[in-house]
Amino acid sequence: MGMEYWAHFFTLIVLVIGAYLAVFLRNLLASVIALSAMSLALSLEFYLLHAPDVAIAEAGIGAGLTTAIFIFALRGVRRD
Amino acid sequence: MRMSKIVRTITALIFWAVVVFGLYVVIHGHLTPGGGFQGGAVIASSTALFLVAFSKEEFLKKYKDAFLSLAESGGLTLFISTAFLGIGTTFFYNFIANSGGIFGNPVPFGVNNGDLNTGGTLPPMNMAVGLEVFGGISLILFFMFLGAYLKPFNKEESEVHKE
Repeated sequence: MGMEYWAHFFTLIVLVIGAYLAVFLRNLLASVIALSAMSLALSLEFYLLHAPDVAIAEAGIGAGLTTAIFIFALRGVRRD
Repeated sequence: MRMSKIVRTITALIFWAVVVFGLYVVIHGHLTPGGGFQGGAVIASSTALFLVAFSKEEFLKKYKDAFLSLAESGGLTLFISTAFLGIGTTFFYNFIANSGGIFGNPVPFGVNNGDLNTGGTLPPMNMAVGLEVFGGISLILFFMFLGAYLKPFNKEESEVHKE
């Protein structure tokens, strides 16, 4: 039960909370931000599992680019 | 459409920091984790940041879309021509490694000592892939950004949107 165990524990807790919020939040922009936070926690988990290469790709694509694309899509479907 | 002044100021502050970090990942591709694809994706996320915060006109002032297309095609051409330069032995042959010139230092046995001047054809290929991924993902983002402002296809749908 070292330091690394608790790092894994809290990262996975944040990941599950982010995934839950991404599905169940009513505000779509907040849902996208929750998905981005989940992706960031997943990237941290990859780093803790000694895969820094995958972590950089996940942080760049998952937390950066897909969030931007979702925000563009939300602007496109806005009713006003 | 532009975002608030807070978003625009923070974007202007961290835009070049994101670009420099992406260039670091690309240039150290043969030594540290990450490489052409990851570094190119990080540089392209600076484009995403810029597009979210600023308007289309300000983006077109910074990058022409023909330039992004040129970066994509140029990166791919550079990659495949570097691969073909080693065709005397085999395709993708690393003909620069251990030759003593640029990128040609021999790698010492043991722990990675961080000598950037090694790797042969790997650093130029990482830079080519970084350029290609930056151009490609930025073009995808830019055209998705433009697509969000297209008018709906049929008239009924546009009536619905007005309500």
